[in-house]
Amino acid sequence: MEAIKTEKLTKYYGANRGIDQLDLRVDRGEFFGFIGPNGAGKSTTIRTLLGLISPTGGSARVLGFDIVSDKQKLLGRIGYLPSDVAFYAGMKVRDVLKLSADLRKTDCAAESAYLCERLQLPRDRRVDELSFGNRKKASIVCALQHKPELLILDEPTSGLDPLMQKEFFDILHERHEQGATVFMSSHVLSEIQRNCSRAAIIREGRIIACDRVEALGKTNAKRVNVHGSVPIGDVPGIRDVNRQGDTLSFLYSGDMGQLLRILSEGQITDFSVTDPDLEDIVLHYYEKDGVRS
Amino acid sequence: MTIVKHELKQGVKAFAIWTFAIGFLLAVSIVLFPEMKEQMAQAGNMFASMGSFTAAFGMDRLDFSVYKGYYAVECANVLGMGGAFFSSLIAVGILSKEERDKTAEFLLTHPVSRVRILNEKLSSLVIRVLLMNLLIFAMSLGMTELIGEQIFWKEIILLHLAFTLMQLELTGICFGISAFMTRGSLGVGLGLAAIMYFLNIISNLADSVSFLKYVTPFGYCEGGDIVNDGLDAIKILIGLTFGALGIAAAYGKYTRKDIRA
Repeated sequence: MEAIKTEKLTKYYGANRGIDQLDLRVDRGEFFGFIGPNGAGKSTTIRTLLGLISPTGGSARVLGFDIVSDKQKLLGRIGYLPSDVAFYAGMKVRDVLKLSADLRKTDCAAESAYLCERLQLPRDRRVDELSFGNRKKASIVCALQHKPELLILDEPTSGLDPLMQKEFFDILHERHEQGATVFMSSHVLSEIQRNCSRAAIIREGRIIACDRVEALGKTNAKRVNVHGSVPIGDVPGIRDVNRQGDTLSFLYSGDMGQLLRILSEGQITDFSVTDPDLEDIVLHYYEKDGVRS
Repeated sequence: MTIVKHELKQGVKAFAIWTFAIGFLLAVSIVLFPEMKEQMAQAGNMFASMGSFTAAFGMDRLDFSVYKGYYAVECANVLGMGGAFFSSLIAVGILSKEERDKTAEFLLTHPVSRVRILNEKLSSLVIRVLLMNLLIFAMSLGMTELIGEQIFWKEIILLHLAFTLMQLELTGICFGISAFMTRGSLGVGLGLAAIMYFLNIISNLADSVSFLKYVTPFGYCEGGDIVNDGLDAIKILIGLTFGALGIAAAYGKYTRKDIRA
């Protein structure tokens, strides 16, 4: 059964496109990544799923509930971590967490205390006195304290230091092992690569690729890193060329024999040919207009 | 009730400041009466010769040298203006502040329907308006006893009832406005209260614009009219209809509103 299923989900802001006929499927129990640059439609998708904005077309179900007619039921089973965290000024952290629990009609005191301790979040401080990182932690506790079936996380690690990011992902993986579904949008592609089993890439409001993270990387393109000088000229199939000192890096998709001939003509001290990382792949999809090579 | 309690807590400072300010000014006005009683008799003669000025402020049908007349103009003006500003300000920001302060995302991603949010936010406004008026009324009775004047029960109850209804009307209208705003709504609330006040003054000046009394809630709060004739049910009914339309507009808009990031 799907945790999230959208069918031709569309949102226009007047004449401006938010998302356009977006089809997405996330199965229950998945750790799913959602990738795309600013303006691609990630936040519009998330805000539509949460009922903050109404779709202008199509439909979507979250945990089996229609996002329009069953909004309250689905929100009771979701934990949401927004990218931009804001709380009511003047409230203490413990009061914000209590308010969130009361709105869910759930006693989350024990879990809340446990999470605050793990994330080293001071509960007696006022939220408007907190650093952005600590506000983010308070928002994480709000999203997790009621043990939701589905976690929707929008750019979850912005503002967290590396140690806290590790602790946060440890908690997420524990929840995932306990059966929760995690849906995470991120600009940090390495985060998606390290943590997610599947991912979707969104471009101009449409899903242009959706597969297992390893499968997304299985293009016939290779990342080539060379130390030395190589006469690449205008060789077809070479793109995303970066030069730093005597180091040359480029993506190559084409005849491997030709690549070896080019390399043999250069003065090389070291080289490596690897599968491209997720960042390369996203770039690849964006340059290729969504058509995988 | 979670949102009601939350709103009351969030608004407790503003409530205390406004109640204290209105109560203090009203108390000062009441305490001054014994000293001003005689001067007021002379002032009454002066006002009588000032033509439309006295009519503009509804002072042409009252005797200032008696406590009832003095209270109906001086004290009621304090409660009228103060109460109008207070109710407009708290109502006009109650929905829009969530978007302005970006807390809407926090509130609306909890399993709470927008209708429940509206119900509870509106309840919190009504509670604050009623409580403020009750406290002011009690203080007013106490101060009247203190200066040794007789409490004119019928008139004082009708006066305070009219001002409470006026504030509830403004609350309803501003609640509706709040649903359409995303930021910077406080100026609109203050502006609306001020416009309504001046519309009433203008309506007192000329017969050709006397219909404005049916537009502004200050129209049914005229001290002279209330003391002499009681409440005007038609004006109140029209006013409360405006308030109800504001509330209906809030429900119509907010339940369908896209919340901006």
